[in-house]
Amino acid sequence: MNLSRTALAIPLALILAACSQKAAEPAGGVPALPPALSAEGNFGATLQGALISAKAGDTIVMPEGTFTLTDPLSLDIDGVTLRGAGQGKTILDFAQQSGAGEGLLVTSDDVTLMDFTVRDTKGDGIKSKGADRITYRFLTVEWSGEPDENNGAYGVYPVESTDVLVENVTVRGASDAGIYVGQSSNIIVRNSVVEYNVAGIEIENSSGADVYGNIARNNTGGILVFDLPDLPVSGGNSTRIFANEILANNTRNFAPAGNIVAGVPSGTGVIIMANRNVHVFDNTFDNNRSTHVLITAYSLPFTDEAYNPLPRDIVVRDNRYTGGGDDPQGMLAPLAAALGGGLPPIVWDGVSSWPGAAGPTDVNLTIAEAADIQFLNLGVPSYPLDPSTLAPSPERPGSAPPTEPAPIVLPHGGN
Amino acid sequence: MSVILDEAPAQNLSDYGLFADMASARPAPGVVPFDLVNPLFSDHAQKQRFVFVPLGAAADYDDTDVFDFPVGTVLVKTFAFAPDMRQPDQGAYRVETRLLIHKASGWSAFAYIWNAGGTEAVYAPIGGRQQIETISPSGAPLSINYSVPNQNQCKTCHQAGDALSPIGPKARNLNHKGQLEDWAERGLLAGLDGAAPAAPAVFDVTLPVEARARAWLDINCAHCHKPDGSASNSGLVLSSTETDPAKLGIGKHPVAAGRGAGTLFQVIVPGAPDRSILAFRMASVEPGVAMPELGRSVPDPEGLALVREWIAEMERPE
Repeated sequence: MNLSRTALAIPLALILAACSQKAAEPAGGVPALPPALSAEGNFGATLQGALISAKAGDTIVMPEGTFTLTDPLSLDIDGVTLRGAGQGKTILDFAQQSGAGEGLLVTSDDVTLMDFTVRDTKGDGIKSKGADRITYRFLTVEWSGEPDENNGAYGVYPVESTDVLVENVTVRGASDAGIYVGQSSNIIVRNSVVEYNVAGIEIENSSGADVYGNIARNNTGGILVFDLPDLPVSGGNSTRIFANEILANNTRNFAPAGNIVAGVPSGTGVIIMANRNVHVFDNTFDNNRSTHVLITAYSLPFTDEAYNPLPRDIVVRDNRYTGGGDDPQGMLAPLAAALGGGLPPIVWDGVSSWPGAAGPTDVNLTIAEAADIQFLNLGVPSYPLDPSTLAPSPERPGSAPPTEPAPIVLPHGGN
Repeated sequence: MSVILDEAPAQNLSDYGLFADMASARPAPGVVPFDLVNPLFSDHAQKQRFVFVPLGAAADYDDTDVFDFPVGTVLVKTFAFAPDMRQPDQGAYRVETRLLIHKASGWSAFAYIWNAGGTEAVYAPIGGRQQIETISPSGAPLSINYSVPNQNQCKTCHQAGDALSPIGPKARNLNHKGQLEDWAERGLLAGLDGAAPAAPAVFDVTLPVEARARAWLDINCAHCHKPDGSASNSGLVLSSTETDPAKLGIGKHPVAAGRGAGTLFQVIVPGAPDRSILAFRMASVEPGVAMPELGRSVPDPEGLALVREWIAEMERPE
């Protein structure tokens, strides 16, 4: 018989040894960590075994070292903490991965992931779906080498979840978004670094998000707040983007052509698309070559009757702007060319209606910046875009600003 | 029965007493073989299915959903390969057996990997991989990096909301060769009223292409691509009961497909399979691109050809 058989016997003793290690409670009241998993043998099998046999409340500790994983990891037990020896110290390397769409998938609630690096996954880095009260903390997710369209899509990817905390995370090289929160609610993304991704941070089809204290640099676009049609959860609203450094997001757009972010012009700081009640304030913008803040409608055809493709109730105030706007890219290039070259720090496409809409909508845009910060309404009548029909105007809209959403408070500690 | 109902899985497959003889995998009395109108493609694996329903209990019939099986039910699926798939009966060997057990707390899934002698299978919570060398049904040498799923991966496909659920044993998938009537006669099934729906056989070329392609997508994709499945966030729903063209992917832009979209823009471009992400991902074997994500390492050439034919037949938009 022409067949080969690889031994598949599972080292059960190894799994049992690795799991269910409750943290002891020493005299000081601070729980000691359980011993780290053994680095010997097939670490991927050891770790997956521990993730399967864990009990709620367990902490699984990974040792320092670089571990090659050939299969994806997943966690489906509530209340588990998975931690390593630190970013860049415990490295899960997925360059040899076969199968599945991500490196690590979490599908349970009350999970904390901290202190490790995930590298070179074939699809997304770490995904959590339907995982409420999740914490991503002190993690690095990265793709080695130059930005490449064959890199995975999302670095950190919570979706369909309530109460999401992402903090002190570094993501580089994602061919879509470094930190992407989708179809979720009550979200904090803070104190993280995103660089050399197509989108640095993206909040999509989500409600209630605070994005602050982050550095978004050298991405194609820094921070995106989008709402897309034809999804189970839409009507994204109530996001505050504040106290971030949004710098030189001038990397070429290396997203695969079909992705929504493939349309992000290289050199944009913040993009607000088709979302409602978004407040951008106290940020530092520098040297984003297309424009620092772009406010735009969703421009593709759609069939979702409940969907509103316009940005609405947008506030841009009290930010610092330096440089940038000198070399608009992508869809902004022909527009800028038609208008004489560069673009000011804040650009709105000016769209207030769409095919099938009952009539024009007051998008209620507030630009409360120093008088010398220029604004441009491109005056696009509707999509698809025809540069010859632009009616540009530098005049700021005079709407009453919407009430700013209250700060996000998370039940699992973030506030 | 206590082995079946125990929350912890048995260490050895033989512990359940489902087989009268392990070496031949002959079922024990009360363990009934069955098959589906259209099986899920799993790297060309041959599949043997059995159902055990506790004596005196029966599954409740349902027109559309999985039958409501009583606690104590065991669904058994064994995956086997022959050295030459053109002669499936010669030298076939079992790789794994998966059990779906309806415990008091709900359904649980367990995989057992067979030993080299084919005499026993051992519980494998973290799954594993096995290199299979064979000859494909079309006569070409085929190398398969076969994956036995780990316990979480079982849930990826068998997810229904927060719970686990069987996928196959629905009326439309079981309704052929008098199988439903046989189940009713044996007392396994209650409430069959005689007018059960039936899925079109996917490779029966006398049937319309659209119905067959939709049936193929239903059995191969819809366990994740359904509103409470693992791929719910994609907004792509591939159940045979879905009627909204956008949810089916027609003219739909990808959301989070990443490089899975390749250079393409829509899930299905009517009339243009080469421009449709659906066909692109079905043809791929690359992790991060290939769909389904789990359960196959080689493409299903017949399924791909059928779905492409369906897309090609669609009227192009003006």
